[in-house]
Amino acid sequence: MRCLKCRGAAAVEVRRHRAAYCAPHFLEFFEAQVHRAITTQRMFRPGERILVAVSGGKDSLALWEILLRRGDDATGLHVDLGIADYSQESRARTEEFARARGARLIVADLRAEYGMDIGTLAEASNRAPCSACGLSKRYLFNKLARDGDFTVVATGHNLDDEAAVLLGNLLHWNVDQLARQAPVLEQTHPHLVRRVKPLYRTAERESAAYALLRGIDYVVEECPHSRGARSLLHKDVLNRLEAASAGAKQAFYWGFLDRLAPVLRAGGPPALRPCGQCGQPTTAEVCAFCRMTARAAARLSARASSLP
Amino acid sequence: MKIRLHHPRRDLEIPGRRRVSGILVELGLDPEAHLVIRGDALLTSDSEVGDEDEIEIRPVISGGTTDEAPCAV
Repeated sequence: MRCLKCRGAAAVEVRRHRAAYCAPHFLEFFEAQVHRAITTQRMFRPGERILVAVSGGKDSLALWEILLRRGDDATGLHVDLGIADYSQESRARTEEFARARGARLIVADLRAEYGMDIGTLAEASNRAPCSACGLSKRYLFNKLARDGDFTVVATGHNLDDEAAVLLGNLLHWNVDQLARQAPVLEQTHPHLVRRVKPLYRTAERESAAYALLRGIDYVVEECPHSRGARSLLHKDVLNRLEAASAGAKQAFYWGFLDRLAPVLRAGGPPALRPCGQCGQPTTAEVCAFCRMTARAAARLSARASSLP
Repeated sequence: MKIRLHHPRRDLEIPGRRRVSGILVELGLDPEAHLVIRGDALLTSDSEVGDEDEIEIRPVISGGTTDEAPCAV
């Protein structure tokens, strides 16, 4: 297989583009896709203070690497979820990445801030671990971005992530969530920080190839809580479609963005107001995060008081 | 050839020379969901792997947390 650009030996095949690239030209291709996402979607302006959500995995570290290479003002935010060895390794890789590049990193420790790790929080609040994790991260990203005067939060969600979420939302006809799915989630309330997904044009396999070719030491092992997660099933289904028809995932998600998302968004964003307890934006009186942590704390307290 | 796999991490050996695409089929692994690595180099599906080579087949799919809500609603 030959590189589309230089006819040298290819290192990475991009079947959805009917192309293959050598290592230097693949890096160029991937970075160009991210630049294009940022500029065409007007994700942020030069000089804006960006908070990059960094887990220690391939996508978020690849994103941070590209933003730093572009000269963007990109500070990392890592949430330590307290998942035994997995969180220790994730935090260590993230801290080492920041140290090696002289990049600013904020670490938020769920146990230190809220007194429980994500497994305990999920179990005590009767939520699936991935649901509790997603809610906690969204909450902390927004809160810490506001606390630090960042104007935008960037996350490493890629084409596969977005296509899998789209499939899940369609299977259950989650129309409200379909209306909110986009590469840019605008600031629709003074307390809500804009969120952007600069990797939405690139596939998960391409993020991994980019990280590997850039020598980024990311966490390869999977979060122990994600085993059996529904999103993995959706990704597997989409990858089977992709194997049979290259470009299926891209056509599915980009087609949604072009044709259906504008129709669904015509009704305008949901009305938000400050949470009565923490002040974060919510559609309810008390936000879902405050309700979840209160429920977990009450259950843990009841258990502790029933002990002999 | 020696092959390192993940999830769970393990090593195995298979004899003979093969193409990357054939190895993935033989092991029942989705090419969209894996990278094949020899040393520091990535291998494409048509690359040949020799009997004496050591390769790593690295999964690229991560899952779990989704991102469907714009705020803590």
